[in-house]
Amino acid sequence: MADKDESSNYIVPAADSKSKALLLRYPISLPDFGSGGKTNQWRLQMPVIDQDKCIKCIICWADCPEATIHRKSDDSVEINYDYCKGCGICANECPTKAIRMVDE
Amino acid sequence: MESPERGQLGTSGSASQADEHMIIKDIPKEEKWLPGNAACPGCGLSLGLRLMAKAIEHPVVVMPASCGSVVQGGWPKSSASFPLLNIAMAAAGSAASGVSEALEALGKKGTVVAWAGDGGTADIGLQALSGAAERGENIIFVMYDNEAYMNTGIQRSSSTPHGAWTTTTPEGKREFKKEVAHIMMAHNLEYMATASVAFPTDFIEKLRKAEAHKGTKFIQLFSPCPPGWRIDYSKSIEVGKLAVQAGVWILYEYENGKVSISPISRPYLDAKKRRPLKDYLSLQGRFANVDEREATEIEKSVVEKWRFLSRFM
Ligand SMILES: Cc1ncc(C[n+]2csc(CCOP(=O)(O)OP(=O)(O)O)c2C)c(N)n1
Ligand code: SF4
Ligand code: SF4
Ligand code: SF4
Ligand SMILES: [Mg+2]
Repeated sequence: MADKDESSNYIVPAADSKSKALLLRYPISLPDFGSGGKTNQWRLQMPVIDQDKCIKCIICWADCPEATIHRKSDDSVEINYDYCKGCGICANECPTKAIRMVDE
Repeated sequence: MESPERGQLGTSGSASQADEHMIIKDIPKEEKWLPGNAACPGCGLSLGLRLMAKAIEHPVVVMPASCGSVVQGGWPKSSASFPLLNIAMAAAGSAASGVSEALEALGKKGTVVAWAGDGGTADIGLQALSGAAERGENIIFVMYDNEAYMNTGIQRSSSTPHGAWTTTTPEGKREFKKEVAHIMMAHNLEYMATASVAFPTDFIEKLRKAEAHKGTKFIQLFSPCPPGWRIDYSKSIEVGKLAVQAGVWILYEYENGKVSISPISRPYLDAKKRRPLKDYLSLQGRFANVDEREATEIEKSVVEKWRFLSRFM
């Protein structure tokens, strides 16, 4: 098994045939990415991290409402551009101004 | 603008106290609130759910009609990687009671969290919550307070503060905010607290404390909402921090009849240490109509709230 820590911190139980059958019979949904669509298309600006300025304080990770900042095992951080909505909270809160918002 | 008390060295000023408190690095890495949800960019409620799902290992969430019902996304997907029951707006307290009893009867694990907006708590839903609290149902009731009915297009609730613009208070709300936490104090809960999404470690600590208690637990969570508060998407954490620094939002716990001000809010017991109220108001378009006289009224209500709490310290 791959080092889970490095690849992803997301917990998404695999949908088995039983849960998929329930989906057709009852008004339920199953956990998955993109329940609101491809939310990266909402973005006007994207956050870009300057790793040289980053002090690995993980404040941006703690404050991101979308869980689109990946916290690696060494506490360095990486943006998940598939779903980041470009709110800019990470850039606003970064104490070293290591994150810049740049036009798409 | 980074406040020292939010830094990575703990939530409290003194070293010995800092040791007892969670630090940012202690926040679990696992993400059970998944990306690509339908919340607006910068949504405080979305961050709140993400942090709740980190604090509690097996949350079973009951959610009345609110933005919360919408942000989980559309069928057949859900952004909640935990069980979540959507329920009628008035019913969070009663439905959560039923789920809690059912889990116990079936011997299944899970911590029942009722996750309701301010409308679903302070107005529609207050009765069911009061009933659950009086019966001592084993639930954590989180009122995420974005201070209006956001999901239906920003109408005033009883939890909207004085002076705030909403579509039903176009010139600013005349009445003052209903203090739901004070109502819950009168229910003699084992554990009650206020928290803010702008202070993640404090919120997680309080959820875990709540989980360790039996009976009904109540947490009122300050949850900034960019479109409803007319702030930039990037400012929801900043405005949450300012609310605490200005003393408008007080972080505290209420246990065994005693109020204890949380370390982050403790400096602001001293009114002189508070940030000027106008710093908090001027960041938000919803307070654009607040004039000098009204600002003084709001200031008075802040002083009165601290005075009220000090009676229980
Ligand atoms: C009994 C009832 N009245 C009104 C509504 C319509 N309604 C759905 S969500 C909502 C707003 C809820 O406000 P709040 O609880 O503060 O949550 P928010 O949308 O602000 O997150 C309203 C009025 C409803 N679903 N049920
Ligand atoms: S907030 Fe800034 S310094 Fe801290 S981890 Fe994020 S990018 Fe790095
Ligand atoms: S811009 Fe917003 S959504 Fe994107 S990574 Fe930063 S905080 Fe998260
Ligand atoms: S309206 Fe406010 S509370 Fe509702 S999803 Fe948007 S930001 Fe969140
Ligand atoms: Mg609301």
